Amino acid sequence: MTTLLSLKESERTQIGSATMPGQLDLESRAWVDALSATGVEHARALERLHDLLLRAAYTEAGRRQHLYPEIGGAELDDLCRQAADDAVVAVTKKLDGYRGGSRFTTWAYAFVIFEISVKLRRHAWRQGRIPTADDDATWDRLAEGADAAQSRVESAELLSALRRAVAQELTPRQREVFVAVALNDTQIDVVADQLQSSRGAVYKVLHDARTKLRRRLEREGHLDQEGTQ
Amino acid sequence: MSERDLVTRLLGTSGADAGCEETLALLAEYVEGELAGLDVDGLLPAVAKHLRNCPACAEDYQGLTVLAREQHHG
Repeated sequence: MTTLLSLKESERTQIGSATMPGQLDLESRAWVDALSATGVEHARALERLHDLLLRAAYTEAGRRQHLYPEIGGAELDDLCRQAADDAVVAVTKKLDGYRGGSRFTTWAYAFVIFEISVKLRRHAWRQGRIPTADDDATWDRLAEGADAAQSRVESAELLSALRRAVAQELTPRQREVFVAVALNDTQIDVVADQLQSSRGAVYKVLHDARTKLRRRLEREGHLDQEGTQ
Repeated sequence: MSERDLVTRLLGTSGADAGCEETLALLAEYVEGELAGLDVDGLLPAVAKHLRNCPACAEDYQGLTVLAREQHHG
């Protein structure tokens, strides 16, 4: 069965102890101590963290520049600054949850990468609308992508069964998310923005939809337990 | 596109999936573990599964790997 789960503590401990045996490295300890301090030391630590995460935001935005060539200049500066601002808030809010399974800086980088990726996607999509196309042309386009004639026939049968399952098994919200994200390749962060939700919450809706569809196709004999015919 | 690819694209892969929030929380450990040569897919299978099912988190994983590698060699 497919489950969206919280990892067992044993899994976390296993990898944490493998990468960081028992104690923080000196640099990570210094970051945690400074951010946990009060007064001037705390303020300076926040400033250093913001500088670090702003540089990381620019690095990541540069790595994705080919995806968003229209975003640059002051717009990009603004997005990177917002990402660093929000990441600093997230890091300080979750500092108690940092347990030294990685370097502190790597842990903090994960937050700013998440923030800049969401902001770039939403900014690039700001004039667009979520595709709701669940019509013959959409399903035919998927079947046409199959490698060979035989595969096209088999894929068409599978897609036909899947289309019925989408119509009959899913709630309206699940159908909306599945059609946008899985069927029409809309970025999940864009869908989350339009639904005033989060990436994680929309992924959960998608995951539940996929689980329902998979079970239906398995019951009907279109998929085996591994997920293919 | 093979039928398997089509099914994976539409339905994801089956099995335990950590979800976006849990994956974000563990991404640094996953990336550093991988750079250290550990079998992170074996140690954190639900994170590995999520990275195969969620293109947005997979892209974040690639970005974090770049930054962590620079830090590793710096």
